[in-house]
Amino acid sequence: MRPILMKGHERPLTFLKYNNDGDLLFSCAKDHNPTVWFADNGERLGTYRGHNGAVWCCDVSRDSGRLITGSADQTVKLWNVQTGQQLFTFNFDSPARSVDFSVGDKLAVITSDPFMELTSAIHVKRIARDPADQTAESVLVLKGPQGRINRAVWGPLNRTIISGGEDAVIRIWDAETGKLLQESDKESGHKKTITSLVKSADGSHFLSGSLDKSARLWDTRTMTLIKTYVTERPVNAVAMSPLLDHVVLGGGQDASAVTTTDHRAGKFEAKFYDKILQEEIGGVKGHFGPINALAFNPDGKSFSSGGEDGYVRLHHFDQDYFNIKL
Amino acid sequence: MALTNSRPAVKVLWGELEEDDGEDLDFLLPPKQVIGPDQNGIKKVIEYKFNDEGNKVKITTTTRTRKLANARLSKRAVERRSWPKFGDAIHEDVGSRLTMVSTEEILLERPKPLGSKNEEPKAAGDPLAQFQKGAVLMVCRTCGKKGDHWTSRCPYKDLAAPSEGFVDKPPTSDAAAGAPGAAKGAYVPPGMRAGAERTGSDMRRRNDENSVRVTNLSEDTREPDLLELFRPFGAVSRVYVAIDQKTGMSRGFGFVNFVIREDAQRAINKLNGYGYDSLILRVEWATPRTT
Repeated sequence: MRPILMKGHERPLTFLKYNNDGDLLFSCAKDHNPTVWFADNGERLGTYRGHNGAVWCCDVSRDSGRLITGSADQTVKLWNVQTGQQLFTFNFDSPARSVDFSVGDKLAVITSDPFMELTSAIHVKRIARDPADQTAESVLVLKGPQGRINRAVWGPLNRTIISGGEDAVIRIWDAETGKLLQESDKESGHKKTITSLVKSADGSHFLSGSLDKSARLWDTRTMTLIKTYVTERPVNAVAMSPLLDHVVLGGGQDASAVTTTDHRAGKFEAKFYDKILQEEIGGVKGHFGPINALAFNPDGKSFSSGGEDGYVRLHHFDQDYFNIKL
Repeated sequence: MALTNSRPAVKVLWGELEEDDGEDLDFLLPPKQVIGPDQNGIKKVIEYKFNDEGNKVKITTTTRTRKLANARLSKRAVERRSWPKFGDAIHEDVGSRLTMVSTEEILLERPKPLGSKNEEPKAAGDPLAQFQKGAVLMVCRTCGKKGDHWTSRCPYKDLAAPSEGFVDKPPTSDAAAGAPGAAKGAYVPPGMRAGAERTGSDMRRRNDENSVRVTNLSEDTREPDLLELFRPFGAVSRVYVAIDQKTGMSRGFGFVNFVIREDAQRAINKLNGYGYDSLILRVEWATPRTT
């Protein structure tokens, strides 16, 4: 395959997200402008201007009308996807690390970083259909975990919130009462910071990637560890194919060590693993730095990766990929 | 994505072309004209040529380029396709080149090469079986393991420091050079220091290993074609066709790396002098071997 290289960002990529139809790709980077691209040919459709800091995360509503972005400038913004217009700004007292729309797009979960004496928190906000009715109040604020919460996503039917972060523990919270329901235990859980967390297409299980050089697959309801994928490098990003039983892990050595070693030593590949057999299927090379973001097109026929090198690489699979047998 | 709907292009083989009589009068002809493509995708190419009798003829070729319909796109997605650009993308001119297609063919690299499964029993069968008894014969220079595998098949090959040039040095001095304490005062690159993971130092070696040069390729040959041609001989770890950056045309040579050296040798034996796309391939080791 010949990947499409998209050089719209001047700083390392942080997050990638496809819309529900899989025709738009949203990219966030440490420069201040989230960008939307056409997912088939990589053409840039537009940028969302207004943030004043690194943008850590984004999510798009199911109808591709709204975009929500969380930024280090201590704001979370709502955007009109089509025009790039700012609709609303939520202000926080610390950088916003992750955002996620609920099923139905009526709620959003936002995590904020620890900052000065503030501890990290998970906020649930109501998203109004009409931006004029939008308010900044939180429906629920969850506190407790030590250190940064890198990712929080909605569980099935919006009943739970799944979070993971620097304390390496995955927690499931009740989205209604804010009670902590379940926690990953010491033996089966990650040993180091959890960097990413994605749900499967049907939401029945989710995958977490960690700096302990592994990714783990969990059952959403029972919080049991299903599979573990071990790799040689810290995992910065994970993705799950909606089509085949494949998981993709992206990562690489620390950015600080990149200049002292050969680029091949960094293992800056997107590694494909068989979801069930936990065996490595292959690697896709190309980035000149660690992979920070991965996303699978909802049709499962292409995926994109974003690296520390500022490039988004959009890969449309060859036919060979679909015939791979272990 | 465009489909050219012209008459089937007959590939002209150079061997079939008639020899020119030496007189080339092409400069007398008016230049080639290209009109279109218009709204309907119709493109006209007007060329002038001398026919067999030496008369000037005008050839008009009309082609239609058609967009391939993508039926799976949702209505919303089609609508979004025509959304006006916004933000920084408004000022984007065609030449800004934010989006590029990679010039390099990226393969999903399999950790276990395709041929390796059936390779092992075969290898264990004939020549290795004899060596297994006198296991001393088979010493891996990379990891130092005896009787398990050859250097070229060492599973830790990637982890080894480059030892290519120093093969005949005694192993003791080799080990000393690697240890940071021994070379006192001398600069040791970070990648070679104690505790550093030595995965990075195989750059030169890796590209040389089992690399086969293929020359006299036709201009139409691309990496997938080459892969198709060479894959039957064994697991291929890399294919590369040199492309002229300016013209985008193949420069007529390429490289194929095999995982296993014997496969590469077989490919050379079989494909050197093989007629491919009207040309006769030349297939040889990429680096001149002293042995």
